[in-house]
Amino acid sequence: MIGLEDVAFHYEDMAMRFSMDVPEGAFLAVIGPSGAGKSTLFSLIAGFDIPLSGRIAIGGRDMAGVAPGQRPVSMIFQDNNVFGHLTLRDNVAIGLSPGLKLTPSQQAETDEALRRVGIYELRERRPEEVSGGERQRVAIARALVRDKPALLLDEPFAALGPSLRRDMLDLLREVQREKGLTILMVSHQPEDARYAASHTAFVEQGRVLAMAPTEEFFGKRYLPELREYLGEWRS
Amino acid sequence: MAAILPAAIIIALVLAGFLPVFLIGLKEGLAPADPYLLHVAGFTLLQAGLSTVLSLALAVPVARALARRRFRGRGFIIRLMALPLALPAIVTVLGIVEIYGTRGWLGGLFDVYGLQGILLAHVFFNFPIATRMMLIRLAAVPPESWRLSAQLGFGDRHVWSRIEWPQIRVALPGAATLIFLLCAASFTVVLTLGGGPKATTLEVAIYQALRFDFDPPRAAGLAIVQLAIFAVLALLAHRVGGGISAWQSFRSGAVRYDGSSHLARFGDFLAIGIGAAVLVPPIAAVLSSGIAHLGFGADVAMATITSLGIGVCSAAVSMIICWPLAQAAARRRCWSRLAALSVVAGLILPPAVLATGWFLLLTRSSLAIPAPVLVIAMSMLMALPFVYNTLAAAVAESALQHDRLCASLGISGLDRFVRVDLPSLRRPLGVAFLMAAIVSLGDLTAIMFFGSQDFMTLPALIYRQMGSYRIETAAGTALILALFTMALVMLAERWGAER
Repeated sequence: MIGLEDVAFHYEDMAMRFSMDVPEGAFLAVIGPSGAGKSTLFSLIAGFDIPLSGRIAIGGRDMAGVAPGQRPVSMIFQDNNVFGHLTLRDNVAIGLSPGLKLTPSQQAETDEALRRVGIYELRERRPEEVSGGERQRVAIARALVRDKPALLLDEPFAALGPSLRRDMLDLLREVQREKGLTILMVSHQPEDARYAASHTAFVEQGRVLAMAPTEEFFGKRYLPELREYLGEWRS
Repeated sequence: MAAILPAAIIIALVLAGFLPVFLIGLKEGLAPADPYLLHVAGFTLLQAGLSTVLSLALAVPVARALARRRFRGRGFIIRLMALPLALPAIVTVLGIVEIYGTRGWLGGLFDVYGLQGILLAHVFFNFPIATRMMLIRLAAVPPESWRLSAQLGFGDRHVWSRIEWPQIRVALPGAATLIFLLCAASFTVVLTLGGGPKATTLEVAIYQALRFDFDPPRAAGLAIVQLAIFAVLALLAHRVGGGISAWQSFRSGAVRYDGSSHLARFGDFLAIGIGAAVLVPPIAAVLSSGIAHLGFGADVAMATITSLGIGVCSAAVSMIICWPLAQAAARRRCWSRLAALSVVAGLILPPAVLATGWFLLLTRSSLAIPAPVLVIAMSMLMALPFVYNTLAAAVAESALQHDRLCASLGISGLDRFVRVDLPSLRRPLGVAFLMAAIVSLGDLTAIMFFGSQDFMTLPALIYRQMGSYRIETAAGTALILALFTMALVMLAERWGAER
């Protein structure tokens, strides 16, 4: 579904070279130390950064020269996923029409997405009037109405407590099943990967060092770097 | 408490300006339907309003363009925008005359003596202030918002309406009231470029009534109107908030994905080009013609010594007055409000109003106070807010850090000042001193009211040289003043950055 072949990039003196292949319908957790290049990897896929060389394909289509808005992905950041001066509903609707001119069917779609993520009652509020978790639900609802086959999340729940994080991961898995999405999620919490992800990848020093189905990934511990990162020598 | 004396001095100086104006102005100076007074008040508001609108109209596209473009020289242009505020007004006015005056490089394009010239100068001074206030807002947009807008396929139109405009709109009321206030009180620009009674403002009309018509009651009447306008504006500004925050350095900032069309590119560079065309020529003119006509006559040497002497004295006095106030404010809540209030009193009272009051008091009581003392006192009052704000922040921090330790070790009084405060507050003390000196060095108001043929600072000398059509000699003098000022500004920036 998402393939990177020898994708090279430089970020602040760090040379990166990514190769990986994410199967369709996977829920891939990307873990690794901070500064390893996880966010850059996502920026390259979403088109915010342009690779120096190599090839990125999404759904079999080469992404070279394709603008961020034309790519079949939605991205959710750790913070600032909403426009502060718009209501929650408008923040979702803006995913359908930047001018906020919605057809009746688009309005219904927006309301449906707000209901699906459980913030329909809050739809007329502004972002500063709701909690951090609710703001991230807005971002998920917007991804739903945009209806792109791939969803990238860059540490989306880092600011949330453990039980709220579980709730959000459950929500993600449900919408993934309903829509048949391919999800990539950066996380600092290996237990998030274990809880929700079908696959896990380990990124360090601008490389994808390992990627495997989650069970297998945490069972093997074949990489010394991964053992060091996880900090557990026995399994 | 040691803070009572300095607070009393400030209040006495302000009341000495305010009370005579109020009493005599109401009794003798105000004729309700005086057509001259109405005309002058109207012109004051008209030019301030037009200046504000024009400055903002230029600032919006320039700020938008500078925020989304990255090019060589961008940092230089942004730094250049701090210059109109730092340079003495008389220096840049001279530059404007040299460019747009009848014999200037672009002579005939505008009529510099009159409304057009006043607007030109005010836009030159104020559009950079507004641009920087808007840039600060735009720089506060989180990088994710730009990425989000790219992913959601926003065109330039929607980036503008959803992100840029909401940010700029927040900066607008603060920028507008600040610019309006500065233009309504503008003295140097209107004095030099205003053409007689037709294009004059209250501030300048007060000066003319006092110094040329020797008509103190009329000056007091004009001063009351100016005071009323200012009271309303100050209240408005207080509600709107804003003001200039510290000159932030603008790091290269977030990556932008919009504005890639040829049209957007063309529009942005056109806006930046127009901004630069307003900003650069007057400064370049003073520089080039100043270098060509640099001269050190006896009058220049005398004025330089006078300027530096007054600068040093008024800076020293404002430090001595602010230090106990800052000390008291750092430790007692009631003092911090009182000190802040008395310090801005000098700012809310327009200089010409203050001068009128002192003038009335002195002539009617036949007190003889030497002119230099009056000039120093007035420069000191104008510099107080800058000095106090710098000192108060530093002293409060020092109190938090050292008070308990000093109390436990029994260090107090002079020992504390010499051993603890002086070494640790060296930089902020230096910055506060320099700011007071910069304000005093560039001031033309106090010296025009109280100066004379034999008592002249550099700005007053430049004004006199311009008045006798010795523009080239004036340029040489202006360059000297500009160099002194810039040296102090650079030193203050360096010390400020070291903290």
